[in-house]
Amino acid sequence: MIQTITFYLFSALVIASACFVIMARNPVHSVLWLILAFFNAAALMVLVGAEFIAMLLVIVYVGAVAVLFLFVVMMLDIDFSELRAGFIKNAPLGALIALVLFVELFVGLVAWNAGGVTLGTPDGTSAAVEGASNIQSIGALLYGKYLFLFEAAGVILLVAMVGAIVLTLRHRPNPRSQNIAKQVSRRPEDATINTRPEVGAGVKL
Amino acid sequence: MTDFSHSLALIVAEEVLTVVGLVLLLASAWLGDKASRGISIVAVAALVACAFLAAPTLAGGLMGPDRLAFGGQYIGDAFSAFAKILIYVSAAVTLIFAPNFLNRFVVNGQGAMRAEFPVLVLFAVVGMNLMVSAGDFMTLYIGLELNSLSAYVLAAFLRTDERSAEAGLKYFVLGALASGIILFGMSLTYGFAGSTDFMAVRGAMAGELATGAIFGLVFVLAGLAFKISAVPFHMWTPDVYEGAPTPVTTFFATAPKVAALALTMRVALGAFGGAVDAWQQIVIFVALASIIVGALGAIGQSNIKRLLAFSSINNIGFLLIGLAAATEQGAAAMLVYLFIYVFMSIAGFAVILMLRDVDGNPVEAIADLAGLSSVRPAMAWALLAVMFSLAGIPPLFGFYGKFVVFQAAVDADMIALAAIGIAASVIGAFYYIKVVKIAFFDEPSGRIVPETGPISHKIVLLVACLIISPLGYLLGPWLGGLTEKAAASLFLIG
Repeated sequence: MIQTITFYLFSALVIASACFVIMARNPVHSVLWLILAFFNAAALMVLVGAEFIAMLLVIVYVGAVAVLFLFVVMMLDIDFSELRAGFIKNAPLGALIALVLFVELFVGLVAWNAGGVTLGTPDGTSAAVEGASNIQSIGALLYGKYLFLFEAAGVILLVAMVGAIVLTLRHRPNPRSQNIAKQVSRRPEDATINTRPEVGAGVKL
Repeated sequence: MTDFSHSLALIVAEEVLTVVGLVLLLASAWLGDKASRGISIVAVAALVACAFLAAPTLAGGLMGPDRLAFGGQYIGDAFSAFAKILIYVSAAVTLIFAPNFLNRFVVNGQGAMRAEFPVLVLFAVVGMNLMVSAGDFMTLYIGLELNSLSAYVLAAFLRTDERSAEAGLKYFVLGALASGIILFGMSLTYGFAGSTDFMAVRGAMAGELATGAIFGLVFVLAGLAFKISAVPFHMWTPDVYEGAPTPVTTFFATAPKVAALALTMRVALGAFGGAVDAWQQIVIFVALASIIVGALGAIGQSNIKRLLAFSSINNIGFLLIGLAAATEQGAAAMLVYLFIYVFMSIAGFAVILMLRDVDGNPVEAIADLAGLSSVRPAMAWALLAVMFSLAGIPPLFGFYGKFVVFQAAVDADMIALAAIGIAASVIGAFYYIKVVKIAFFDEPSGRIVPETGPISHKIVLLVACLIISPLGYLLGPWLGGLTEKAAASLFLIG
């Protein structure tokens, strides 16, 4: 019973916040709604017992992608004085979203303790390993059966990094980097001069 | 545990290449670009060592469950050993050609040869090794990406040169598209077969296929056709070949072609080996379209690198005739053709690399080759051997490759396919002979200086020319024995 209720709750919230993403006037609000949508999707994943995917959603999408979006949105030409003026007006909305997330956290935990929702009829090929969490199963596959491919994928990332550096790195003839030794060894008399200029004549440097 | 150590022993070539690549990367970081020549020499030595590691596998015709590593994700059989040796040779030749060519381009007061070039080539070779040894769709994809990522950077290596940057960008955008197509096909295949393992896919995809499974098969083959630059996925080839630095073009025309074609054979005859009827007509169409478009497209070209790009498309068509036969004989014929094709390409690009015009720039225009025989007769004769061999004119070894492929098609009762292929090769002969006519019978253009290339280029050219010359027929029986073993291991199930 509780699973069904939480399922419909989270699904409705995903759909509603997705609608608000595209309907919000303010792009910053859109991103906040997007974060709410991601959280609800993660909660749905928890409901079906895929806690690893739920964590990935929160860490990768909320933690990295959405924050990146937020940065990009902030770079857009938005009238910040107008936004700041609306801080008090928007504060209730922010507080409301925070409250919803907080409540969901509790509801999600309660639902998770009550056991997962069964989706369709499993044929056994993708059945969960008994007594192992998702993370343990994925770890065993990644560092056991697919160790070779995992390492090879690491080489791909290395090549991507080397390639990016090869194609963009330029050694400038006179880089304007800080030369600390030169700065420290500079004496006051090299840097300052004492003059007694005539009144109204100005200084010649 | 013994299983794991056996797996590690099978992939020893990849381990050696990766470790050498990492050490050379550190060396290039500390020693800088002035050490690039030394780093190239070490990289060539590593490639030669790996070729010797692969030789016993090929000569022994490794078979049975001993050839599988990591539960079938990696197959270290005689077939992969044959392809790997061709890849090592091509990569080593690229590294021999590269310093001399790149250092003619001066960027910021120093030559364009960078210490990272050999490192990228080594990692590309690791990727190609994974491609030819793939026993699983995931190995296939990771090998393909490792090779492609290195190749994109190599194509754009002369970053101050607009054409090179354009080649890199084009290759990257279209290569990413092809990877996406392959991934989509792989996911569909996985959905219908329930596994990414080639042998499990073979078991699941036999008999009447579901529509979705056919979609998966077609997408995978389309993506692979892109990588081997077969028509209708060939559009990127001339631009990339023209824009990339010539040693890199040599590399593209040889090693990745071998790897992608070996991979196509593994996928078509291994993973989809139970569904030959589903892909045979696709391969026949692609083969004939490649032969015809390659031959017709080359006629109007004025740049020798573009001409060789169309020539490679044309040759891929002939190779795919062997695949269309879907027999062990066809696979062996393809390997013979690949062997000859690699040496024809190396000889052709060696000639181009050794020619300089009056300004000291590399010669690329076909018109500049006019009267080559009076200025540099040795080069003109080498060019003649390459062109006649590519055209498949009998005394030269290139004829033998075409002959075995057509024989395999005829033995598989595909006489019409063979007949159309032979007729189309006559169109191809036209532009090959046109180049020879320009080099031998036209008035000298006066653009080419009689300056000889470095000794390393001469040795490579001499060896490649000896192999494609009529003397190459002495290799025939030996090559036939090896390719038969390799093809037999490809058709081994389980």
